Amino acid sequence: MSRNQVRRSGGLAQRGPQKHGDDAGCTILHIDMDAFFALVELRTRPELQGKPVIVGGGSRGVVLSATYEARALGVHSAMPMSRARRLAPEAVVIAPDHRRYAEVSRNVMALFNSVTPLVEPLSLDEAFLDISGTIRRLGSPIAIAELIRSRVVDEQGITCSVGIATTKFVAKIASARCKPDGVLVVPADQVLAFLHPLPVAVLWGVGERTEEQLTRLGLYTVGDIANMPVATLRRALGQATGTHLHTLAWGIDPRAVTPHEPEKSISAEETFNQDIDDPELIYAKLLHLADEVGTRVRSAGYVTRTIAIKVRFSDFTTVSRSRTLTSPTDVTQELYETARALYDSLGLERVRVRLVGVRAEGLRSADGAAQQLVLGAPAQGRREAEVAVDALRARFGAGAVLPGRLVERADPADNSTE
Amino acid sequence: MKFRVERDVLADAVAWAARTLPARPALPVLAGLVLTAEGDALTLSSFDYEVSARVEIPVAVTTSGTTLVSGRLLADIARSLPAQPVVIESEGTRIVITCGRSTFTLPTLPVEDYPQLPAMPATSGTVEGSLFAAAVAQVAIAAGRDDTLPTLTGIRVEIEGGNIVLAATDRYRLAVREFTWQPDSPKISTNALIPARTLADTAKALASVDQVFIALGDGGAGEGLIGFEGNGRRTTTRLLDGEFPKYRTLLPSEAATIALVDTSELADAVKRVSLVAERNTPVRLAFEGAEVVLRAGTGDDAQASEAVACNIEGDGLEIAFNPTYLLDGLASVDRSIARFSFTQATRPAVLTGLAEASDKPSDEYRYLLMPVRLTG
Repeated sequence: MSRNQVRRSGGLAQRGPQKHGDDAGCTILHIDMDAFFALVELRTRPELQGKPVIVGGGSRGVVLSATYEARALGVHSAMPMSRARRLAPEAVVIAPDHRRYAEVSRNVMALFNSVTPLVEPLSLDEAFLDISGTIRRLGSPIAIAELIRSRVVDEQGITCSVGIATTKFVAKIASARCKPDGVLVVPADQVLAFLHPLPVAVLWGVGERTEEQLTRLGLYTVGDIANMPVATLRRALGQATGTHLHTLAWGIDPRAVTPHEPEKSISAEETFNQDIDDPELIYAKLLHLADEVGTRVRSAGYVTRTIAIKVRFSDFTTVSRSRTLTSPTDVTQELYETARALYDSLGLERVRVRLVGVRAEGLRSADGAAQQLVLGAPAQGRREAEVAVDALRARFGAGAVLPGRLVERADPADNSTE
Repeated sequence: MKFRVERDVLADAVAWAARTLPARPALPVLAGLVLTAEGDALTLSSFDYEVSARVEIPVAVTTSGTTLVSGRLLADIARSLPAQPVVIESEGTRIVITCGRSTFTLPTLPVEDYPQLPAMPATSGTVEGSLFAAAVAQVAIAAGRDDTLPTLTGIRVEIEGGNIVLAATDRYRLAVREFTWQPDSPKISTNALIPARTLADTAKALASVDQVFIALGDGGAGEGLIGFEGNGRRTTTRLLDGEFPKYRTLLPSEAATIALVDTSELADAVKRVSLVAERNTPVRLAFEGAEVVLRAGTGDDAQASEAVACNIEGDGLEIAFNPTYLLDGLASVDRSIARFSFTQATRPAVLTGLAEASDKPSDEYRYLLMPVRLTG
């Protein structure tokens, strides 16, 4: 994102009317931050404006976010870092700072909430807004979208794109089609004209496998699906998927914008520098990730009941396993022990692993949460020690206190990343 | 193979042997029941490498022989047959079951692929079936169900001469039951860790038997196994490995508060107030004066409270429990009066049962329950 673009989006007057038509009845907004992590980094690194910048980890991590200059070179999110470096050798790579992104995200969500209480965050950097109750107060949907966009630029120094439509999934498709720094309205009477030429993959629920099935049936566009008898679709894709896709293809999506807690889960994952089959190294990585997740869970004032792991093998097949605890926890040790037990239950023997992840799900506020005590456990335990470690890290930095097995040895053969 | 048998006798025997059939057998043959007709008896057996079951019933054998058929199917058929004599006959790779005017033809499985059943260890002593079933049920309730902590999915059995102590814990509660048995040798001193679910099923199935023989493998044949036998039925179970927690040190030796309360009244009250307790939220119990006040639900959520008459000795106390764990304990004490002994709101409570309020406290059955700490 160039400085130029940011400035241009700063003022409403300069933007002028965009390619949007009649916005009557279009009360659903999908707002998506442009290259979110990368633009947040650019706020404090203005000298990188206009340059390809990639946010991501390690030589074998994946791209988390990339500026549009980097994207022009073919870099995109979730691409392996090694490939991104080949495509954009001059790109500046910045390690992610999740705490900052979370803070900016909170501010943006708070801004949305000042416009309408009906905000449904989808992730850190995107949300649906239902503005039907706001139009009388703040004007037409387009005016509201522009107001939000200019406030995001002014207050947060990043840009976003807004899709405006009558339904959630059309709004989401629209926002993706006006990136970066744009607005796109899909008027109520233009929905089918907008949708039908699009490829089937834009439909919510169409992943790689369904797309493959659809292609085999000769269905390439949304219009193809719409014009296929629903009975045939159901036979080919199953009752639920068939009905679902047919409805979407006709622009029907009854899902309402439902506000909920922005964070339903906290997770961390990491790709190894090289594929690993040594369980000790994998345990160490799980501990590292559990430590990160545990710290974030505690600092956000949550407890978690369900712990999940994700393991990706060298052939990119990925498995997930989860376990629900008897009693909610925010203790790193418990996260680690559960993650390790889940990993062990996969029964892997010398299988090469590319990536592991740890996720805390079913988050709830720790306030008023009841803690089932354990027989024979000391009254002051791990949790108190970990809270003390959190305080030390807040003061002296993240590396101030580490679990023993994560302390980097001088040994150059040590494989752990970052 | 051909034999004739009474329908009820067959149905009971098949039900016993099919009880331990694996739901998802590792090998297809393990889903089968082995039928062996010889002399004037039929033996039915099953085995899944963990648990074996074997039962012998009197039948009229015309031709002796052995065959293997789907246990699930045979059990379903045996249960549904009319009350008339049953004739079972093998014909090539099938068996034909005839009863009254109904006929079933079942394919057989390759009996030569079926594993050898483990040998029954030598008998160590006997116990009354109903006593054993009740004692095991009282303890099994506290056993863990989490397969990642396999040691805690077992019931610890400690045998010291004529005394047996059973113990199980899932780290949140601990149940301990003591009873006597008739050992073959008064000097016996041993212990074992038995999968709780299997032991509970076995004990229940043998509840109507006067004398259950318990056979603990002690070196040689049957090492790592425990066997139970009664009424022509026998079963073996592989023991669990691992060190059971040193639970005796967990049992508090003193109490600051003793509370006596009617068991069923308290259980009913817990069930009522916990209707508003969301999953995994506790029920709070305030012992004060001559009553215990139960409360559940907090803040803006639904709330409920109920008072139950209670005889309190010592300091008043407010303590919170997982309602399911508390109800499990109240259901297991098996006495009309529940006796709680507490030290602190964050320390374990001990629940025992009394037949009369004036009775002396007994250690026959103890249910140790860890409270829930309320934060915020």
